[in-house]
Amino acid sequence: MADDISKTDVDRLFTRLNREAIDAGYHLNPDPSFTMELVKSLLVNEKRYGYWACPCRLADGKKSQDLDIICPCDYRDEDLEEYGACYCALYVSAAVLSGERSVEPIPERRPEEKKRRQFMQRNKDAPSGTLPFPVWRCNVCGYLCARNNPPEVCPICKAKKDRFAPFF
Amino acid sequence: MKYTHQDGKNVGRIVLFALSTCIWCKKTKELLNKLNVAYDYIDVDLAAREEKHLVRLEMKKWGDKISYPFIVVDDKECIRGFKEDRIREVARDGG
Repeated sequence: MADDISKTDVDRLFTRLNREAIDAGYHLNPDPSFTMELVKSLLVNEKRYGYWACPCRLADGKKSQDLDIICPCDYRDEDLEEYGACYCALYVSAAVLSGERSVEPIPERRPEEKKRRQFMQRNKDAPSGTLPFPVWRCNVCGYLCARNNPPEVCPICKAKKDRFAPFF
Repeated sequence: MKYTHQDGKNVGRIVLFALSTCIWCKKTKELLNKLNVAYDYIDVDLAAREEKHLVRLEMKKWGDKISYPFIVVDDKECIRGFKEDRIREVARDGG
């Protein structure tokens, strides 16, 4: 393959992603060869497109079209919640990490292009006072996040998901 | 479209739409190779823009949801994702 990536670069990025994942309450896939292969593909895509487009999705090549699939993608946390892994399975839930759950093929959550455009437009046109996502509050540190479900672990204070409560 | 042919046992026409960077596509190719199944594949991310468009039209015949790996079996069935059990069945019994 023309996209030759050195092992040193793969190791370096793996170390960085692993540290960042742990710091923010996430987990990289514990299968080393699987994860290294994905990290390598991120570097291939960085060379190719200039950013870490998801290796398991077809990037457009125009950043504005690919923003939602730049790793970590907009869909990671919902897939972690529902399937125990993100779409490509670079990130896994605590249940997968501990072996309680295994990774299965994940259906594509990313809406097709037309629907993505409609969603962005709807958010822009939404009357003030309405929210496109529920807001959750970490009762331990007060961290607020607007998403369908709270994260597995609070990225700020590491409190578990059950310490979050609906805020708006 | 420029497909790459992989030799093996004929179990019907197997066409794999893949991405060269996708780990699940790699697993699919490895499994098909291990099962010694003949198939044609295209790494869509490496295709020219016009070709990507044609591939998209081809895949859209199976519905709006496009994802990789995407296997079309004998023009009758489409397998989305690395569904190992189904791939093994197709390799054993044909499409």
